Amino acid sequence: MQRSRIFGSIGVVWFCLTLAAIAYATRLGLFLAPVDALQGNVFRIFFYHVPHSMLSLLFPYVNFIASLCYLYWRRRDPLKALNADAVAIASAEVTVVYASICLWTGMLWGRVEWGIWWTWDPRLTSMLLLWLLYVSYLMLRKLSSTGQTHTLAAVLSVFAAIDVPIVYMSIQWWRTQHPAPVFFSSDPNAGVDKSMYPAWFWNLGAWAMWGIFLVVFRYALERRRQASEQDAALQAIEASLEMAQ
Amino acid sequence: MSYLDRALADMRNDLHNLQIFFRDTFHHFRKDVRLEWRSRDSIVGMLFFTLLVLVIFSLSFDPTSDVSRQIVGGILWVSLLFASFTSLNGSWTREQRNRVLEAQRMAPSPPAALFLGKALANLLFTLIVEIFLAPLFIIFYNLHVLGQAWKLALVMPLGTWALVCNGTFFAAMGLRTRNRELLLPLILVPVSLPALLGMMMATTAILTGESSPDLWIRLLVAYNIAFTIVCLLLFDTVLSAE
Repeated sequence: MQRSRIFGSIGVVWFCLTLAAIAYATRLGLFLAPVDALQGNVFRIFFYHVPHSMLSLLFPYVNFIASLCYLYWRRRDPLKALNADAVAIASAEVTVVYASICLWTGMLWGRVEWGIWWTWDPRLTSMLLLWLLYVSYLMLRKLSSTGQTHTLAAVLSVFAAIDVPIVYMSIQWWRTQHPAPVFFSSDPNAGVDKSMYPAWFWNLGAWAMWGIFLVVFRYALERRRQASEQDAALQAIEASLEMAQ
Repeated sequence: MSYLDRALADMRNDLHNLQIFFRDTFHHFRKDVRLEWRSRDSIVGMLFFTLLVLVIFSLSFDPTSDVSRQIVGGILWVSLLFASFTSLNGSWTREQRNRVLEAQRMAPSPPAALFLGKALANLLFTLIVEIFLAPLFIIFYNLHVLGQAWKLALVMPLGTWALVCNGTFFAAMGLRTRNRELLLPLILVPVSLPALLGMMMATTAILTGESSPDLWIRLLVAYNIAFTIVCLLLFDTVLSAE
């Protein structure tokens, strides 16, 4: 009880700090960063879009490591395994959220800036496939029968993690064999002027804090759900024992 | 026993286990082929389904023979992909009748042998379907291969194995889910997308002769090696997932 209260208060403090960081970063991005020479004010979406894209490439690894831990502890230490599984589902959901935001804001930016919603260039296609992989992970979690969900999801996560580099390479080859018009410079920071650095770093930091908050919050929710499931199972067993008498 | 004796004994043990593994794989393969041969449901179903998709695409696009060379690669693999969904699910429902799957789980044979035998049987069925389909494709699209036609003999088995290996594995994963038929395409397609890309690009490259399929063939080989190993290692986990 003591431990969860300490974590609870750390959580509240982190949440407040995160909100403050997001507010400050948004103010920097929307109002204080200088107007981009080429793109004008539309460029400001960069401060929201790029941190989300970069972070959506980080959380899949958290999911992968958590799934491996789950598979390792499954028979050896079931309680630790449940913990790992909670981390896995939390990070998978946050991956999907961040990837969705990345795709959607990217489409909006592309539509205004270059007149197209979408193009099948390497980066967009790889991001779309990453999104598809983790949505399929969440679908498996939803559709599989309760006893097996954790194990099957962990196995799929291993497949997805191995697939991500293969997807990346194959899409690069696909798009360089048949070159498509390049709309994005290869380095997202290529055009970032020093005067924009504060906005850029504050936004990256703020959305990273928010992402961590989301993962830990979802993890705590999942742990509570697991605990209530265990309580319900225990009650059912006790009830059946009473009935037998 | 000296260190050398122990090492030799371990090697002999390993070779013996490997022999048992391949023997069991062969038994599972033979069982699946025999069951399929009695009813021929899967092969006929896949063949007819692919033919229907072929006709639908012809109606939708009405390609000339130049355009057809560009699109046939995609059409072939898309239709095989959709046809394989039902046959892959069917290959596991065979095991659920008479609770055979429980018996398989309790048997001392390595579970990966069950997976490999079944996957090889599914590969055989799909290759048979492709052999029957090839003349139909040539007829309907007036195909004339402009590139190196012999490379198709590489691409077809490699591509088919990529679909069948992962497909058999994911179909086993979906065995006790609700909406089993829905789950297989949902999880198979995202994971297989690089392989699908490779198959389609390689086939198009060979048919049009405009570029070299070698890169894509190498991608398919790498994909197959990686995912065959992963499937073999993780099948035991999936079979005893409860």
